[in-house]
Amino acid sequence: MYAQVINTGSDRVRPIDEMSAEEQAFMERIERGEKIEPKEWMPEGYRKTLIRQIGQHAHSEVVGQLPEGNWITRAPTLERKAILLAKVQDEAGHGLYLYCAAETLGVSRDELIELLNSGKMKYSSIFNYPTLNWADIGAVGWLVDGAAIMNQVPLQRTSYGPYSRAMIRICKEESFHQRQGYDIMMKMCEGSPEQKAMAQDALNRFWYPALMMFGPSDKDSVHSAQSMAWKIKINTNDELRQKFVDQTVPQAKYLGLTVPDENLVWNEERGAHDFSEPDWNEFFEVIAGNGPCNKERLGARVKAWDDGAWFREGLAVHAQKKQTQQRKQA
Amino acid sequence: MSQEWPLWEIFIRGQHGLNHRHVGSLHAPDAEMAINNARDVYTRRNEGVSIWAVKSEDVVASAPSKRGPLFEPSNSKVYRHPTFFKIPEEVGHM
Repeated sequence: MYAQVINTGSDRVRPIDEMSAEEQAFMERIERGEKIEPKEWMPEGYRKTLIRQIGQHAHSEVVGQLPEGNWITRAPTLERKAILLAKVQDEAGHGLYLYCAAETLGVSRDELIELLNSGKMKYSSIFNYPTLNWADIGAVGWLVDGAAIMNQVPLQRTSYGPYSRAMIRICKEESFHQRQGYDIMMKMCEGSPEQKAMAQDALNRFWYPALMMFGPSDKDSVHSAQSMAWKIKINTNDELRQKFVDQTVPQAKYLGLTVPDENLVWNEERGAHDFSEPDWNEFFEVIAGNGPCNKERLGARVKAWDDGAWFREGLAVHAQKKQTQQRKQA
Repeated sequence: MSQEWPLWEIFIRGQHGLNHRHVGSLHAPDAEMAINNARDVYTRRNEGVSIWAVKSEDVVASAPSKRGPLFEPSNSKVYRHPTFFKIPEEVGHM
């Protein structure tokens, strides 16, 4: 998930008899599974929650270009480099779709970017971890994009039309990304002992951060119930995390790698894996801005925005000048 | 000077598509950049052969609350669904 802790503005779900007639009608539409479209009436809390969630999701796509972009110039083969370039370009496109979806809710992209740059809006905790070796690029594709897909597939059915349509488009490309990541891991694991050790090291460092992508445990997630009542969220954080673990463990086994969790065991009774929770203190520290790369990541975004100001203005002025000339000729 | 780039709605006609379909929107300072960006974002995997970019502010949309009166299926107006004419067999296919 690229949006982990979303404030819905209330810590409990209001019963139907506390709602206005408008809100009751809205909830009935949600219950029927109708999609909500931009110009329609919606509760203020619903609108704000979506702006937070879609905005945070968009920011994550953009900031997520940095850890992978870190290895573009150092990719080990030309083929891997071209694939990585295409992938990072996809992420830019995903950010674009999502900013547009957020804008249908009455906020502008520049406003959202300002909120990101000033630290008032978050992006996914995962992108505050460094990419230290080439296998990390494999681990990011396999685990990080894998976790993102686990979350985004159900979001294709989310109640807000523009968000749901953006997810449909994005999911298709995310699955390319996950496969390219796993392909890197396979290559590393079939390679020399040094390469395999790099792959194991990458898994060791990215396993828990990937589990954190699904957000805090259900018992600590005060806003989930409201998001689920509005059908913005379809599954709980813990449900998706469990699904991710069950899907990923056999993939790690196939690679001959060990998941860094002593408590990981198949539970026959539940038909699922038991596993250790990530360190939630670490998670909240990262979210609060104190992770390993928070300053570097946000710093890079702010620098790009500030250094690019003259260029954006130049294009705007040029466009205006051209328009005036065309008017004169007409 | 700080000015937000305008929003553009992007329509693409697929390789075998008959008409342009709305695929999304994007920000660009002018029409030329809107087309260039649309090519990169929306047609990188053979999605289309023709792009239209229209400034969002030029699009007029119907109001959702008018959905009933605007789109009432007019089943009461049978003359709009003229499937009931009887053509003599001798006339052939028509």
